[in-house]
Amino acid sequence: MTMDLMGFILVALIAIATAIGMLYSRNAVYAALFLVLNFVSVAIFYLMLGAPFVALSQVTVYAGAIMVLFLFVIMLLGAEKLPPAEVLPWQRPLAFVLALLLFIEGIYWLSVKAGTTAQIASPDATIGTMDAVRSMSMMLFQEYLLPFEVTSILLLIAMIGAIVLTKRVDKKGGQA
Amino acid sequence: MIPLSWYLFLSAALFCIGLYGVLARKNAIAILLGVELMLNAVNINLVAFWRYLDPTQMGGQVFAIIVFAVAAAEVAVGLSLVISIYRTRGTVVADELDMMKW
Repeated sequence: MTMDLMGFILVALIAIATAIGMLYSRNAVYAALFLVLNFVSVAIFYLMLGAPFVALSQVTVYAGAIMVLFLFVIMLLGAEKLPPAEVLPWQRPLAFVLALLLFIEGIYWLSVKAGTTAQIASPDATIGTMDAVRSMSMMLFQEYLLPFEVTSILLLIAMIGAIVLTKRVDKKGGQA
Repeated sequence: MIPLSWYLFLSAALFCIGLYGVLARKNAIAILLGVELMLNAVNINLVAFWRYLDPTQMGGQVFAIIVFAVAAAEVAVGLSLVISIYRTRGTVVADELDMMKW
């Protein structure tokens, strides 16, 4: 019981700290590496919630593929260092105030609805891991088959879009 | 068992940190990193509600998987936009991309 809470607090601190580290690292490579650590800690949350398939997809898709793509583009463009020029002086404080307002609002409504969340705070802790994966895939390929197929079309469109956007076109209109 | 509201607090905090990153950073790639963080916070919410409301209904996990695919598509298109902007303008600083200013 207390071990659960201790583990949650530890991983939550790691997640928050790496997210803040991502914000304040001026080098974009460090920001991306902090975000990898954040994604891994979020995957640990999925494991604690009893969703191993989502956790492993998180590690492979997010921390693996997506962040490698980010790092590749950062290295390709050489955009890891930016000049510390402050063009809009009010941008940072305004962003801080807006994000803080959203956070306070969320905390407020969570605490107002605390009675409701307390009622649903006791799930039965007896779900078999393999059963969960099996029933999730049954639902994905039966009930949510249409969204699944639409997702594949979305990925195809994104792939075509990425190729078209990055294709180099020379001045005369021909394609090199 | 950890109360549900803790997960909600955590994901609210991560979402707001990501929002601050999107609003305050100047590097276009860092803005995309903030968007990724926000998508992750939403995913924590989806999985936590799945676990605490009805673990026999797998809708929450399915939604989380679909959000993964959407995030991958978003990153691919976003990063290729950044590359294309860098080719035409020679910069990825969001403040210098003011072509649509009057």
